Amino acid sequence: MASTTVPTRTRVRRGTGEKPGASRVQTIILHIILSIGAFMMVFPFVWMILTSLKDLSQAFIIPPKWIPDPVVWSNYPASLQALPFGRAYFNSFYISFIVVGMTLLTASMAAYAFAKIRFPGHEIVFLLFLATMMVPGQVTIIPLYLIMQQLGWVNTHLSIIVPGALFNAFAVFLLRQFIRGIPKELEEAAIVDGANRWRIYWSIILPLLVPAMSALGIFLFLGSWNQYFIPLIFLSDPNLFTVPLMLDQFKGQYTVDWTLLMAGSAIAVLPVLVVYLIGQRKIIEGITLTGLTGR
Amino acid sequence: MATTTTPNVGTAMTGRRRMNRQTSDLLWALLFVGPQLLGLIVFSLIPLISAFYLSLTNWDGFGSRTFIGMQNFIEQFQSPDLRIALWNTLLYTLIAVPGGLMLSLLVAMGLNNIAGKTFYRLLYFLPVVTGSVAVSVVWLYLLNDDFGIINTYVQSWFGIDLPSWLTDSRFVVPAIAVMGIWWGLGYNMVIFLAGLQNVPTSLLEAAQIDGANKWHIFKSVTLPLLSPTIFFLTVTSFIGSFQVFDQSNVMTGGGPGKASYTMVFHIYTLAFKDFTFGKSSAAAVILFLVIMLVTIFQLYAQRRWVHYED
Repeated sequence: MASTTVPTRTRVRRGTGEKPGASRVQTIILHIILSIGAFMMVFPFVWMILTSLKDLSQAFIIPPKWIPDPVVWSNYPASLQALPFGRAYFNSFYISFIVVGMTLLTASMAAYAFAKIRFPGHEIVFLLFLATMMVPGQVTIIPLYLIMQQLGWVNTHLSIIVPGALFNAFAVFLLRQFIRGIPKELEEAAIVDGANRWRIYWSIILPLLVPAMSALGIFLFLGSWNQYFIPLIFLSDPNLFTVPLMLDQFKGQYTVDWTLLMAGSAIAVLPVLVVYLIGQRKIIEGITLTGLTGR
Repeated sequence: MATTTTPNVGTAMTGRRRMNRQTSDLLWALLFVGPQLLGLIVFSLIPLISAFYLSLTNWDGFGSRTFIGMQNFIEQFQSPDLRIALWNTLLYTLIAVPGGLMLSLLVAMGLNNIAGKTFYRLLYFLPVVTGSVAVSVVWLYLLNDDFGIINTYVQSWFGIDLPSWLTDSRFVVPAIAVMGIWWGLGYNMVIFLAGLQNVPTSLLEAAQIDGANKWHIFKSVTLPLLSPTIFFLTVTSFIGSFQVFDQSNVMTGGGPGKASYTMVFHIYTLAFKDFTFGKSSAAAVILFLVIMLVTIFQLYAQRRWVHYED
C-alpha cells in the first residue's frame, strides 16, 4: 500500500478509524480501495446469478450485457431437471446432518475425556490426534480405499459418513480447548452428589458447550457440504452423488449452455450462502479461535 | 458400568478406593474417547502405516502383492510425470502462498481500524465458505477466452489481449493460483485481523510520538508482533497449497497437456486411473515427505524471525 507521505502525526482515536483533518481523505481513499476489493470478492457470485437469469444468446454478448432482459427464470427448473440435482441435494443434506451430529457427539465425548479425565496415556493419545491433523488426506487415500473395499463400503454413503462421524481431530482439539476453560468446581459439586462421568458430561459439560458446538457445527456442515475429493474417490453411481460431484458432472455436460450451468452453480451454492449469512459471526469467531491456537 | 466409589466406606479403604477410582476413570475415558479413537486407528493410523508399506510393493489392486523395496521410489524419481507434478505444485505454491499472505495482510491492515469493518469482512469472507467445485465452475466461465468477462473488459478498455488463461500451458497454473488467492483471501484476512487486535494501541502511539513514520511503525512494531500469526499462516498455507487438486481437476482436468497436473493429480491418476497402487503410494509418500520437510524447515527457521511475547 502506497502509504509514503503521512502528513502529520495525528493521533488515532480509538475505536473508529476517524482521523481529524487531512487524513479524512486517506480514510475515504481506503474505503474506495476496500470497496473495489469487496466488489471483486463478490463479483463472481453476482455474475453467476446474473448469467443464470439470461437466455443463452445474452450470455456471450460482447461487450457483456449486465442485466438480463428478459429474465429467464426457467433456467432454474431446467437445470434441476437436466440432472438429478434434487437427489444430490437430498444426499448432501442427509450426509451432512448425520456427519455433523455424530461428530459433535463423539468429538465432544473425546474432548471431555482429554480435558477432564487423567487417564494413563492421555497425553500420548492426544498427541496422536494432533499429529494426524498434519497428515494430508491424499497420503492415506489408497489404503483407505482398500479398507472401504474390505468393508464393502465403496460406492455407498457409509464410506463418507462413517470416517467423517468417527474421526475429526480438529473438532476434538477445538472442543477440548473449550472444556478446559470450564471450572472444576462445577463438576466437583456433581461428584459429591454421586453423579457418574456420563452424567457430568451429559448434564453439565454438554449444555455449556452449546455455543462452541454451534460454531463448530456450522463449520462441519460447510466442510461436509463442500467435500469433493473423498466422494469423488468413493462414489461412482450418479444416484449417490453429492452436490459438488453432481455439479462437476453437470459442468462436463453443459459447458456449452453456460446459463444452465450458472443456474446449477447457484443452486449448489445456495445452502452455503444461507448457512454463511446466518452463522457468519460464529464462523469468524470459530476460525479466529482455531487460527490463534497455532501460536 | 456403575462401579463408582460408594461414599460411606471406611477410611481403611482409601487405597483401594483410589485404585477403583483410577480403573473406573480409565474405563470412562475409554468409553468417551472410544469412538474417535476407533476412527483414528481405522481411518488414519492404519491407512498411514499401510501407505508406507504399499509404497514398497508392486500391486495393481487385484493380483498378488509383491514386495519390491525401493523400486517404486526409484521409478518415481525417474518419472517425468512426477517432475511435472512437483514443478506445477511448486509453481502454484510460489504464487499462491506469498501472494495470498501479502494481499490478505494488506486488506486486514486496511480493515483494522475502519468503520464498516464487519460489513467488509462479510463480503471478503464469502468465497472461503464456497466449495471448490462451485468456485471453479464460476471461474471457468469468468476466465473463458472467448466471452470471459475479464478478458473481454481488459480488451475493450485497454486494448490489451490477455492470454487464454486456462488453455495456454504457460498461464494455467498462475491463473489457478490467482483464483486460489481470491478463494482464501478472507480466511487469511480474518486470522490477520485477530493478530492485529493483539498489537497494543499504546505501542503504536508511543512509536508515533517518537516520530516514527508509518513504514517504520509497521516494520518495527506491527510486523514483529504479528510474526506468530504470519508463521502460522505460512505453515498452514504451504500444507494446503501442496494439496491443490480440486480446481485443476474441475477446471482443466490437469491440462492443457499436463500443464496443471499437480502432485495430488499424480497420486490420483496412478491409483484410480492406472490402478498402480504401489506407485501411487510411493508418490503419496513423497508428497508427505516434501510437506514434512518444508514444515520442519519452517519450524526450524521460525527461531530467526518469529517473536513471541513472553
